[in-house]
Amino acid sequence: MPNFFEDNEDIQFLFNHFDLPELADIQERGFTLTEGPGAEYAPRDAADAIDNYRRVLSIVGDIAGNHVAPRAEQVDIDGNTLNEDGTVTLGRHVRANLDILAKADLMGFTLPRKYGGLNCPSLVYAMATEMISQADASLMNLFGLQGIAETINAWASDELKNEYLPRFCEGSVTGAMVLTEPDAGSDLQAVSLKAWQNDDGEWRLTGVKRFITNGCGEVLLTLARSEPDVSDGRGLSLFLTERCDRVKVRHLESKLGIHGSPTCELVYDDAPAELVGERQRGLITYVMGLMNGARIGIATQSLGLGEAAFRVAREYAHTRKQFGVAIERLPAVAEMLSDMRIAIEAARALTYEAARYADFENNNSHALTHSPPADKAELKRCKNNARTWKRLNGMLTPMCKYYASEMSIRVTNDAIQVLGGSGYMKDYAVERLLRDARITTIYEGTSQLQVVAAVRGVCSGAFERFIGEFEEREYTDKLLNDLKGKLDEGKEAILKGVAFVKQQGGDYMDLYGRKLVDSAIAVIVGHLFLQQAASKGLHAVDADGHARAADRKKRVARRFIETNHPTILRDIELVCSGDTSVMAEFETLAGPPITAS
Amino acid sequence: MGYKCIVCIKQVPDTSNITGEVMNRDGTVNRTALPAIFNPEDLNALEAALAVKDEHGGEVTVVTMGPLGACEALRMALYRRADRVVLITDRRAAASDTLATSYILSQAIKKIGDVDLVFCGRQAIDGDTAQVGPQLAEKLGIPQIAYFERFESLTYRAARVRRNTGSGWEVVESPLPVLITVLDTANEPRPAAAKRVMQYKHLTTPDELRARLKKGMPDATDAEREAEHARQMEKQTFLGARIEQWDLDDIDADLQWCGLSGSPTKVHRVQWIVLTKEGYTEVAPTEEGVRGMVHELIVDHTMG
Repeated sequence: MPNFFEDNEDIQFLFNHFDLPELADIQERGFTLTEGPGAEYAPRDAADAIDNYRRVLSIVGDIAGNHVAPRAEQVDIDGNTLNEDGTVTLGRHVRANLDILAKADLMGFTLPRKYGGLNCPSLVYAMATEMISQADASLMNLFGLQGIAETINAWASDELKNEYLPRFCEGSVTGAMVLTEPDAGSDLQAVSLKAWQNDDGEWRLTGVKRFITNGCGEVLLTLARSEPDVSDGRGLSLFLTERCDRVKVRHLESKLGIHGSPTCELVYDDAPAELVGERQRGLITYVMGLMNGARIGIATQSLGLGEAAFRVAREYAHTRKQFGVAIERLPAVAEMLSDMRIAIEAARALTYEAARYADFENNNSHALTHSPPADKAELKRCKNNARTWKRLNGMLTPMCKYYASEMSIRVTNDAIQVLGGSGYMKDYAVERLLRDARITTIYEGTSQLQVVAAVRGVCSGAFERFIGEFEEREYTDKLLNDLKGKLDEGKEAILKGVAFVKQQGGDYMDLYGRKLVDSAIAVIVGHLFLQQAASKGLHAVDADGHARAADRKKRVARRFIETNHPTILRDIELVCSGDTSVMAEFETLAGPPITAS
Repeated sequence: MGYKCIVCIKQVPDTSNITGEVMNRDGTVNRTALPAIFNPEDLNALEAALAVKDEHGGEVTVVTMGPLGACEALRMALYRRADRVVLITDRRAAASDTLATSYILSQAIKKIGDVDLVFCGRQAIDGDTAQVGPQLAEKLGIPQIAYFERFESLTYRAARVRRNTGSGWEVVESPLPVLITVLDTANEPRPAAAKRVMQYKHLTTPDELRARLKKGMPDATDAEREAEHARQMEKQTFLGARIEQWDLDDIDADLQWCGLSGSPTKVHRVQWIVLTKEGYTEVAPTEEGVRGMVHELIVDHTMG
């Protein structure tokens, strides 16, 4: 009876580490939401809310461990089926997974209670999506699409909200975010699917979309060009379309991994649509917001994949004997396994931190829109926070997406290495996990694009300000203070690199962005580990257990910071080298273009 | 319309977590040392009833007999969308064996009345007798189908059921009302529903809350505790459900059939067995290995 919440030491630790009372208080608007529909299950105070979070996560952990995980192998084999009439039939086990999640009330995880949602913070949702991904990463693409409903909640009219959100919450519909086109992938400003109004002023959509996750879902949020004369992102608006015979799935992709998640090519044939929010804000406001949540989602998917692979490798290394010993005793294997687990915990620390700040930002912006404080000073503080958090999340979100997804490929790959020949065979789950992980650095914005976004934060002062708060903290433990000193050195080196890069211009920043971002992440995560090592775990049920886990984190922090420190210094040296040969001598180094004969 | 289902459940010590300290020297279980859980096959029984409700409509009432702590199992039933839950608790019911228990449950079911389907788990993991279900059917004077796997068909006239016979299966038909005992292979019990957990976790019976407050407010005066009790019970009225609590008088039970006096079971002897052999034998995954193992099992009379 594995429960992926109860049996995950690190998630348990972090649940107790974070200041959840603070988060619950802002999420529940100071526990004032005690009237109207849904009030019967509203929490009464912070302790009640935290107890709810714990219980909900335990339900998710149970479903993930006992219902979803046992079916994952068959989901991978079965896939989904495209029917002749342009509809898709989900695999039997995919359907069963969705049904059980709906029965457990989990499909409106973050939506307000008045629509039937659970009103959980993004941080708790991140933990849930990680556990579902650990069980079956492809299911995360359906369970984790709840940002679509959030987007409707944030921007659509009351009529649309009242019509669609209860259906999302009860699990009778799923959604898709329909953005990509054959000629608009990373560059969404090039979207060309046409939105036009008929004589009655009703919107119609015409065109083709490609690589659409769950494009066969019932509610489609489609990015389309409503202003034919505006050629960039400002000509795009967001539309809601319900599945009908004017939207057909033309093709179902055959993929390397995540076979349970249907990837569709969609044809819109004058399909009726409703405008979401205002015209021309489709890409620049709504999709950008939607993508931020989706990126945290992919980071959690990556965490789940890493965790699943690590567990298989850890068990295998303990039981597999070679040269007369369990292979975990061999230095090369011991190093791989230790660093795999630390890499997962590092990515988890960063991802949960990003989710936490997303909660701060979202709740604050909700307050500013719906109930701005009357007090002028308070209003100013809210507006300042909105700016600070927006800038910070503009850095943390791409960082966690990039970092966690790269980690998941490395860790699933190393898991195969630990299992050796057995890992390469279909007998173990690790080959599937690597196949599933491979997409994570590509969709919802490639690693390269995440770096472009994150490096802006590193170079514009957001990084320095964020780190400043960590640096103010004094640790009573000498080891932790010494490690903090190392992180200071790392930060100084990064700032030197930033200053150098700024003199060289945009192309140079993009060329060395990855090294700068890697270094900045190593320093941020180092600080997060130090905080974890000093964690008190105020609402921990098992205080001794929490103290032991915090003590372990000291060792994790030391290993992480000491192995990353020399890498930071080396990378920054390269950043400051001024070498642009890959651009300047591209034709020489990469050779001339190759034409297929 | 729809079917009126009653599910009888039991809260049991979690025997899957047995450690050294849990067994008393006389071979009995120290129940306080083990966490109490919802008897696993009773979850299958509940699922079977809920599936009937999902498909045909109706309502599901869950009944248990036990101490106040058994309310937790009833809350778990509510989390899974049971409509009504009833606790039968009475000191005079203590030490009831399976016969007395089935009598008491039958009285409760008669009080609820008009039942179409009664579901029980096949057996509880603490006693493993599998007797309460069949005895209960006898007390109620209705037919029984043990080892339920699934309905072949269900109408108001008859239930046609596939039952597992151990070495195969057979399909039997019975008029309603009928009592059905459910195997763990029958279905996949649903998880708790999150919103109902948030709502009903606050639900208690008045006595259960009183016992909790006694523990939680050790230094308070009786009057303070009563005030807190009244305050919390008042809050519960907004939750839209309650845990009903009945004693033996409420169900018109004849006391001579309850508790110790209604329990003819006598334990003759409890054997304390210490396994001396290692827990497992390795068998090579080859033809010869398996042949050797089968041979050994036949020689030991484990098989054949």
